[in-house]
Amino acid sequence: MQDTVEQSKQSSSTLDLFTTGPLRIAISFIVPVVAFLALRQSFIFMRDVNANKVIIAIVALIVGVIGVWVLYLVTDNLVSVFPTRFRETLRPFVFVGPALVILGLYLVYPTILTLYLSFFGPRSAEFIGLDNYTALFTRPEMLIALRNNVLWLVFVTSFVVSLGLVIAVMVDRIGRWEPIAKSVIFLPMAISAVGASVIWKFVYSYPLGDRPVIGLLNAIVTWLGGEAQGWLILRPWNNFFLIFIMIWILTGFAMVVISAAVKSVPSELLEAARIDGANEILIFFRVIIPSIRGTLITITTTVLIMVLKVFDIVYVMTNGQHGTEVVANRMFREMFVFRDFGQGSALAVILFLAVIPIMIYNVRSFREGRK
Amino acid sequence: MSTTIQTSGNKRGDLVRKILTAAPLRVAVLVIAFIWTLPTAGLLISSLRPQADINSTGWWTVFAHPFEITQWTLENYVRVLTTDGMGDAFLNSLVVTIPSVVIPITIAAFAAYAFAWMEFPGRSFLFIVVVGLMVVPLQMALIPLLRLYIQFDLNGTFLGMWLAHTGFGLPLAVYLLFGYISSLPSEIIESARVDGASPLTTFTRLVMPLSVPVIASFAIFQFLWVWNDLLVALVFLGTRREVTVVTARLSTLVGERGEAWHVLTAGAFITMLVPLIVFFALQRFFVRGLTAGSVKG
Repeated sequence: MQDTVEQSKQSSSTLDLFTTGPLRIAISFIVPVVAFLALRQSFIFMRDVNANKVIIAIVALIVGVIGVWVLYLVTDNLVSVFPTRFRETLRPFVFVGPALVILGLYLVYPTILTLYLSFFGPRSAEFIGLDNYTALFTRPEMLIALRNNVLWLVFVTSFVVSLGLVIAVMVDRIGRWEPIAKSVIFLPMAISAVGASVIWKFVYSYPLGDRPVIGLLNAIVTWLGGEAQGWLILRPWNNFFLIFIMIWILTGFAMVVISAAVKSVPSELLEAARIDGANEILIFFRVIIPSIRGTLITITTTVLIMVLKVFDIVYVMTNGQHGTEVVANRMFREMFVFRDFGQGSALAVILFLAVIPIMIYNVRSFREGRK
Repeated sequence: MSTTIQTSGNKRGDLVRKILTAAPLRVAVLVIAFIWTLPTAGLLISSLRPQADINSTGWWTVFAHPFEITQWTLENYVRVLTTDGMGDAFLNSLVVTIPSVVIPITIAAFAAYAFAWMEFPGRSFLFIVVVGLMVVPLQMALIPLLRLYIQFDLNGTFLGMWLAHTGFGLPLAVYLLFGYISSLPSEIIESARVDGASPLTTFTRLVMPLSVPVIASFAIFQFLWVWNDLLVALVFLGTRREVTVVTARLSTLVGERGEAWHVLTAGAFITMLVPLIVFFALQRFFVRGLTAGSVKG
């Protein structure tokens, strides 16, 4: 492995030593072969279940981190063998080629195939037309998933953006405590949705039988004189207890992004409004919001896309039981529990159709930005 | 903030009004910050309490005598790292995550350089495709890729995970790096070419070092994305203990041991440890990375 790196480094930095000639051509072919053999050997080793875990980890890291660099150096070297005219036509593809191959293989091809498979049965053997889609809009469990996704989209997005905006404007005026307050509210964004779900599962936990109350929410409710509830099975409100987790995660994110925009509103503008006699609320609606419109649109579309694909929270908290199913979790279950690849594909297509307007908007604004 | 104070500071009435309005604001922010922290604090405190205590009293009761040393223990962590497999999962998470950050950065940097500074047919069309692919839900890729993976024996391998995360992270990486690399002054790139540097040398010696800020932002975003990911890990890696990552292991523990809070709280904190360190150590880059990544689908 190490040798290959050395070789290819040498051959690229001291190219002029063997400008053209047999030695250079030989190296151009030997280096790829050695690199390929080394990679192959390391993959065989990594599949070995009996090998020491830490050694596998180290080999994996070396291959993963250095291997890809070696591949580029090697192909660039290989291209250099060609006569000048071909070389400079080919070289851009050495640089951009791997990215295009991976994008094609991991995003373009699967997207097209998923569209195609959504018109087929569970094992993709027989063509069934729009049956998967009619099932989506008629079977009660699918309708629940669709309804819940709409609930998530509406509530998470509206709360995250408005709370984020209000908090951003508030922390802007509290002086030196601002960074600390921001970090604390932003922190949930750093942890995984699985971790966040465990945190909230503990908050919502319900004492079985006559065991003591250890969940925070039930402790508050009983302290206020109410009765402990199983929040996660309390239809239809359980959806909102799950939705709140995502609001908790994303509000800090919205706040940080919006806060940067709020700070860029010129202070002369605010002062002018104050001198004209506008109060803080009027300033908020008439001066601040219009000035940060672009940021608000960006954050709204971002949150919409994140919420649309919500999976982890539902998977960990309820796995879609008790009327809390969402599209992404249902798709996962279609794939691995019911083994219905047609229905699973149709669910994915629904998510895809939902992001198409955002995709068009992004492409359009990118093109305008280029002009 | 400071400029507002300066401009209004010469009017005493304004200053008084400012302080008066700031007080309720501070209280409100304090309350929100408190509510936002409480659940995580409860988890952390519980993870350090003995099993019997967790199940008999609420975690807030520790504040009655916080310095009583007997109510704290590391036993839950020892247990969850060994018998519950979180230790292995932690190692696996590192093995999955580090190449899943480095590979897309490398591939995207080469591609972004080509998009920005090289001429080739279809250049602007292909870049528009990259922009469009950024928001494609990864659910669209799962079924066909799973089949390919089963066919090529990539299912349940680290290599399969690196490639999957590379594929899903690549559009954003290319987009971000292109934005930065294309805005480098053209004189620099030109003069390197005039001096006889090959495109590869220009790229490795000049463009890569200059792009460190944007690479750092993307690296942090991608690192957290991969480390915190559950769906890709469940689909392509599975929950076998030899290969599984922390998030998938934790979700298995939730399923198997739903009420064993001593295991779950400690396990959850282990999954959060690395992101929290990254968060506190690199907060500035972290925010920049997340903000930059906010266009991703």
